[in-house]
Amino acid sequence: MATQAPPEPPAAGTAKPGRPGRRHEPKPFQPNKVFWIALAAPGILWLIFLFIVPFYAMLAIGEGKLDRQTESPVAVYNPFTWSSANLSNVWHDLFGSGAFVGDIALRTIWYVAIASLLSLVIAYPAAYFVARFAGRRKGFFLLLLVAPFWISYMMRMLAWIDLLQTNGYINKVLSWVGLGGSHDWLGGHWYTVVLGLVYGYIPYLILVLYAGLDRIDPSLIEAGRDLGLGRARTFIRVTLPLSRQPILTGMLITVLPMLGDYYTNQLLSGARGTAMIGNLIQGQLSIPSAGQGAILSLIVLLVLLVPMIYYVIATNRSSQAAS
Amino acid sequence: MTTATASKTKVSIAGTTGARRRLFRNPWRRPWFLEGFTWLYLIWSLAPIAVAVLFSFNNGKSQATYQGLSMRWYYTDKVNSVWHDPVLRGAVFETLKLSAWTTLIAVPIGVAFALGINRWRGKIPSTFNFVMILSFVVPELIFGVAMFFVFTQLPGLKSLGLGNVAEVLGLVTWNVSWPAIIVQARLVTLGKQYEEAAADLGATQFQTIRRVLLPMLVPAIFASAILVFSGVVDDFVIVDLLSSNASTQPMSVIIYSTQHGGNGGPALNALATIMLAISFVAAGLGFLGYRLMTRGQRIGGQQALTAIAGAD
Repeated sequence: MATQAPPEPPAAGTAKPGRPGRRHEPKPFQPNKVFWIALAAPGILWLIFLFIVPFYAMLAIGEGKLDRQTESPVAVYNPFTWSSANLSNVWHDLFGSGAFVGDIALRTIWYVAIASLLSLVIAYPAAYFVARFAGRRKGFFLLLLVAPFWISYMMRMLAWIDLLQTNGYINKVLSWVGLGGSHDWLGGHWYTVVLGLVYGYIPYLILVLYAGLDRIDPSLIEAGRDLGLGRARTFIRVTLPLSRQPILTGMLITVLPMLGDYYTNQLLSGARGTAMIGNLIQGQLSIPSAGQGAILSLIVLLVLLVPMIYYVIATNRSSQAAS
Repeated sequence: MTTATASKTKVSIAGTTGARRRLFRNPWRRPWFLEGFTWLYLIWSLAPIAVAVLFSFNNGKSQATYQGLSMRWYYTDKVNSVWHDPVLRGAVFETLKLSAWTTLIAVPIGVAFALGINRWRGKIPSTFNFVMILSFVVPELIFGVAMFFVFTQLPGLKSLGLGNVAEVLGLVTWNVSWPAIIVQARLVTLGKQYEEAAADLGATQFQTIRRVLLPMLVPAIFASAILVFSGVVDDFVIVDLLSSNASTQPMSVIIYSTQHGGNGGPALNALATIMLAISFVAAGLGFLGYRLMTRGQRIGGQQALTAIAGAD
């Protein structure tokens, strides 16, 4: 680059107004950059056509019309001719007089809140033990913690369906200890669904928590103890603040999929009374109501955009901190 | 020995206040409560799976009462076993096919993307890096619904319709972020000094990548390929929304729809156990391969384990 001839100073007449004193330097040709662009291009094109365009298509269908004759939604790709029929329908279902979506949304929030907090309460002590106290058996414990990650979600739900049958092992154990034993667990109860959600998503949380807790420098905790803090106060004032980031990202990585879950609910309950927002969206994909399904998906996406962007920024920050 | 120490601890709790104080003062005592809790968690998390695997070998038709060991639901039954039921057998091969195609497409695209984005500075690459991580956290149902609309409504792609192509395209988008994120993280830790050294020694851009960067990235690429493969084996939402009929439904969808339709039985447990075996073989190969590729580096078994589980 140093061998290149200095660029000609631009003629006074062509200098851009408002930028006094700054010469416009033509960029030197960079073969490297073209090379990197070419490498990134397939991925970028893939993301444009199969990630961004699909969401635009969803928007176009949500804001589109309904073909009365074929009873099928018609996508409108021009934003200036968008109709708000679906949006007002969904709005009415959410907050209007006969609002049934509002109940489902509220129920979803409750279920996910209980399930994710329960997951945290279970996952944190286990992850904390393996990261800090497992000693030479760490590899063994880690293997057992990671194992559910490789067991498919459907397999894990199927396992609980087997156990929770009316004549299944849970009821057998319950009757053996004298606590009833003919309970219909799969008959549409909120606690079965919440248990399913906790069981289904806890492996992801525990892995994130373990990775975060394992990175905490033990000397910081020892310093807390040396300076006279007790066990509990060391935990509250040293360990907990240091594990804030893994807790937040771990909760996000469990809450986001829980909010789009319809299969856990269908398999373990199947009742209307426990339906979540995911069930509603999935149920509306059939032809006439697809437009409302699209709008509902977009509303969920909009609500989740803030936590999602937080997650992306947190991931970026931690990867920059590693460099 | 463990139980003896445990009972001693209990005794000292019940003992004098002095003993109790000493116990709580000792920062190096074993955390019995935490250890017990962890064991309870592990039993709760793994015992149901063991029971489900056991029922796949059940001699009876029940998913709840165990009636002795048999291979009936895998092979022996001439009609309902996984091998003889065309839907169940087809699902096994469908899963393998989708996993292989998705891995073959997603990994090269993701690795190239990571290399390009990491070195090409500016607004455009950082925007698309953002979109890439966004695709990692968007709820699968929302993305699946968007893809469903693409293949049922969007002019051009509508003619493709739902089915194998739609499934692979959806799965690639959903999984391409694994290699992209993992390889980028590895590039960041590697730094630029190797490339600069290669350039100083006269290597061209292409040679630097082929002979210096790629060999150092092989473990990360391999780990991401394992993650993509087993991710597709386990995937449910995208394949459920984008499959057209039973012939394009992989194992997870067949298990879901059959069980939900009220036709569950030990054959489903057998199918799920096969799925488990495929995942575990992939994980085992991943672990061994990762250890082999990183030998000579200071990488322990635990780190290899978290690497192939995507938690590194």
